[in-house]
Amino acid sequence: MKSSTLRQLAPVSAFYVLVLATPTLLSYDYYYLSILTMAGIIAIIVMGLNLLLGFAGQISLGHAALFGISAYTTAVMTATYGFPLAVGMLSGVGLTAVVALVVGMPVLKLKGYYLAMATLGFGLIVYIFFNEAIALTGGPSGFVGIPQLHFGGFTFDSELSYFFLVWTTVTVVLLISLNLIHSRIGRALMALHASDKAAQSMGINVARYKLFIFVLSAIFAGIAGVLYAHYLSFVAPSSFGFHFSVQLITMVVLGGMASLWGGIAGTVFLTAMPEFLRAYENMEVIIYGLILILCMMYLPQGMAGGVSKLVALVRRRLGRA
Amino acid sequence: MPERSGVDKDVILSCQAVHVRFGGVMALTDVDFDVREGTITALIGPNGAGKTTLLNVVSGMVTSTEGAVHLLGQDMTRSPAWKRAQAGAVRTFQNLEVFTTMNVLENVMTGVHRVVRYGALSALFKTPAFFQGERRCRELAEEKLAFVGLKGDWNLPAGELPYGRQRLLELARALAAQPRILLLDEPAAGLNTAETRTLAGLIRRVRDELGITVAIVEHDMDLIMGVSDAITVLHFGKVIASGTPAEIQKNPEVVAAYLGEEAE
Ligand SMILES: Nc1ncnc2c1ncn2[C@@H]1O[C@H](COP(=O)(O)OP(=O)(O)O)[C@@H](O)[C@H]1O
Ligand SMILES: [Mg+2]
Repeated sequence: MKSSTLRQLAPVSAFYVLVLATPTLLSYDYYYLSILTMAGIIAIIVMGLNLLLGFAGQISLGHAALFGISAYTTAVMTATYGFPLAVGMLSGVGLTAVVALVVGMPVLKLKGYYLAMATLGFGLIVYIFFNEAIALTGGPSGFVGIPQLHFGGFTFDSELSYFFLVWTTVTVVLLISLNLIHSRIGRALMALHASDKAAQSMGINVARYKLFIFVLSAIFAGIAGVLYAHYLSFVAPSSFGFHFSVQLITMVVLGGMASLWGGIAGTVFLTAMPEFLRAYENMEVIIYGLILILCMMYLPQGMAGGVSKLVALVRRRLGRA
Repeated sequence: MPERSGVDKDVILSCQAVHVRFGGVMALTDVDFDVREGTITALIGPNGAGKTTLLNVVSGMVTSTEGAVHLLGQDMTRSPAWKRAQAGAVRTFQNLEVFTTMNVLENVMTGVHRVVRYGALSALFKTPAFFQGERRCRELAEEKLAFVGLKGDWNLPAGELPYGRQRLLELARALAAQPRILLLDEPAAGLNTAETRTLAGLIRRVRDELGITVAIVEHDMDLIMGVSDAITVLHFGKVIASGTPAEIQKNPEVVAAYLGEEAE
């Protein structure tokens, strides 16, 4: 048992060392760091979505909306009503969890395409709400003046401090996600994905586990939402639309379903790529689509699967030589 | 609910006047089926007789149109499948339902789900309850894999096992749940003669060593006659006979309906 914990802790520690070294490796280029900070925020959502989609096999096209609910909640609580940051952030995450609970209960009874459509519908409703509830959200032009994060005497006002804050959160979320999947709960999730019937006949309350993982993934999206709002100090509905939900799914699929590590890699890749493809801005959607199709055709296990295939290939080559 | 009074305390499973209709098809008509604690009770009948349907009614995968299911001393006619499993009625499937993406050991550890429990917070933050639970879970799983004699690499994805071994795996997974009654749906389907003989021994050991009551649906007559204490025969969704193997073998209606078919 200790050895399995170690086998899990070692790569996560190595990952965190890489996080700590990254600013130096990028010679403190704030432009690159800001891209990575955004990627980290999104990676937190993607990890939750990976637990939901990759492990439990339940799709959601509503995670952009959940992310947005959290971002707007903390924005309104702190900027409009002047609540302390901690209260704003907790309400952001809390409300997201409650919304996921209420939406998840009826919606998770659906399967496959129907679940996709229902979560899509939820996402659209929330998106319309962000646009129309102008008094609360500022409408299409967005919500400005969200306060910067500070804890105790420390203000996260530099690119570097926020980078560390976000990627430390990524590491913690990664660790608890890994813990979860290597537990009876993770096994129950994979089981209900593989065979709903067999899972039930092992005494697994399938509906409850689906709801649990949906809410947990919403909490992750909620954490990302508050980090996002206080990072940019500005939010607008366009960040939380259908398009972003599709991007999130693409990141999970590209990284590799049921691979948390792959998900992080997929997120960093897909977040950084458009920055380098700025010249082709209008092509972004097409490029996402292409990646998704190519991935399905040639890398059904995503980047994670691709890497393990590559490793196996190299091993075989080396073995032969 | 019209109680048939005097339901024996020994009777661990009792189906009473069960009817199941699928659209125009009457899959089961007025079926009574009892299983006494500590027995191996068989349900036989030609293909399409309604055996799987009855097992589905018992395990909660199909709700009966009429009738009642008393399981482990409770009226579970309307209980969802997972609750019946939680209560101790665990099944296997005619068409294998192993968790193909999980490895062999994980499959059986999933069976332990109802036995060893710890909460989500323990899992997320790896509390001592998690470590204790996982150790126990692994021990129980390994014990059951050894019990069914599944050797080899337990880290292999279950989907990569040959068919016969997947059957054993399903059995180990069900046993890991420590059922009070084990429901087997054609466990010998697709097995060769040697494997079937091993299976017969295994089923007896499940009753004798583990003290688990077994209800078995099976096509293989030799297996059934060899292991069962009691047999119920279904034909076109109706019970045409119940009794000991010797009685069933002599029953002319059964011979005509079923045994005769094999003799041809
Ligand atoms: N889900 C279902 N929908 C419609 N008909 C079904 C369903 N399940 C079983 N049946 C029908 O019920 C009858 C009994 O089937 P089944 O219980 O599988 O028989 P057995 O297991 O004895 O071979 C068959 O005629 C079968 O076609
Ligand atoms: Mg059948």
